Amino acid sequence: MAHEQAHKLAIFRGTLKFKSNVSKIWGVFIVLSIVTTVEVALGIIRPSFLVDHHFLALKLLNWIFILLTLFKAYYITWDFMHMRDETNGLRRAVIWTSLFLIAYLVVLLLIEGDYIFEVYKDGFIKFNF
Amino acid sequence: MEATVVKTGTEGKTWGGGNHPLKASYGKMMMWFFIVSDALTFSGFLASYGFSRFKFVDAWPIPDEVFTHFPFLHGVDAPMYYVAFMTFILIFSSVTMVLAVDAGHKMQQNKVILYMFLTIIGGLIFLGSQAWEWNTFIKGDFGAIETKGGQIVQFLDKDGERVALRDFAAPAKGERTEQTRENGIWFEGESEYYPSVSFEQVKEGFLANDNLLVRVQHKDEHGHHIILNREESIAKVVNDGQMVVEGANLRHNEYGHPLFADFFFFITGFHGFHVFTGVLINCIIFFNVIIGTYERRGHYEMVEKVGLYWHFVDLVWVFVFTFFYLV
Repeated sequence: MAHEQAHKLAIFRGTLKFKSNVSKIWGVFIVLSIVTTVEVALGIIRPSFLVDHHFLALKLLNWIFILLTLFKAYYITWDFMHMRDETNGLRRAVIWTSLFLIAYLVVLLLIEGDYIFEVYKDGFIKFNF
Repeated sequence: MEATVVKTGTEGKTWGGGNHPLKASYGKMMMWFFIVSDALTFSGFLASYGFSRFKFVDAWPIPDEVFTHFPFLHGVDAPMYYVAFMTFILIFSSVTMVLAVDAGHKMQQNKVILYMFLTIIGGLIFLGSQAWEWNTFIKGDFGAIETKGGQIVQFLDKDGERVALRDFAAPAKGERTEQTRENGIWFEGESEYYPSVSFEQVKEGFLANDNLLVRVQHKDEHGHHIILNREESIAKVVNDGQMVVEGANLRHNEYGHPLFADFFFFITGFHGFHVFTGVLINCIIFFNVIIGTYERRGHYEMVEKVGLYWHFVDLVWVFVFTFFYLV
């Protein structure tokens, strides 16, 4: 373990290559900072076009936030947690398992929550029981 | 024991044992498995937040109006800036952590010490910020009244600006008598929740001031809380009003639905607990680095393992940030 491990030094599917692991870390930091700044700016401005238009029951703005979050999560996991350098087996055991279970739970719970919302709205049930 | 057979005849074969298909040490793999299970715990919490939010989707508080404070800037409307600052602190402490891991691979003890120290400082700044954020949220801002049905009604002036209860409530008449055990058979004690003004004071002040309107918890199709006109406002306060709410706790929340406060305390609290344990484990490893434990061991894999945990805490914050403050 004393020797330096071989790191994969390219991000953005190979379009951005770094000379050393340290410069890759700083590069990823810059990418994450830019994305966070964009998120905060959008959160403060809240462009009315993105707020008033919906896709699959969510505002476009919220879709953008979720996609940017997943983008950030990818780079934190792949470069800070060195997932890029792990074997396929370890990576899939961790990522596929959690992604499947989380997506499953989220979809079920959100559909159920929306159903209860409809019941409150159209039924005769008090707001806060 | 010479008779023991030590050769199985399967050496070099795939199932003969001794393979390391994942090429990761036991400790690192266990840290990954722990992270998977912890990620599922957190997503359970966040998904139930989403569930409750979808349940009350037309009456949920708008985060931009809840988290508007910045330390030392009183009265300045600064939505999101402080959380953005906290996010940057945590991302930056992740960077110093991964730099420490990198220095560990190269066996540079002094660099590991420096970077781990910076990581711990970042974690402490984050924890302090979170304590401040909680304090601001608990103390509240403008105050509101809660109706008999459990909804929150907030006060506005004619320009649509929020008005604080203390600015228009009528002065108190007489003295508040404290109930004691001697006066009641079943009396348990005073409630610990004291608003600074009573509901009667607020009602009187509201009726005396024609410029005041109220807005309700429900939102219109553009996501703004619905503002009632003067007549409807009076009817709402007089007929439905029940109690004054200042700040947020687990039962009442002046910003809107109590579930928002419950989830806020629970999820950011659980995340803050992770940051706290992360700082603690970082400190232990930090001292081990200083006394040269890993130098003698020949590798810095412990730094890498605690680094995995620390990055995971950052990863969770990225999601908490999105779902509590942005979406």
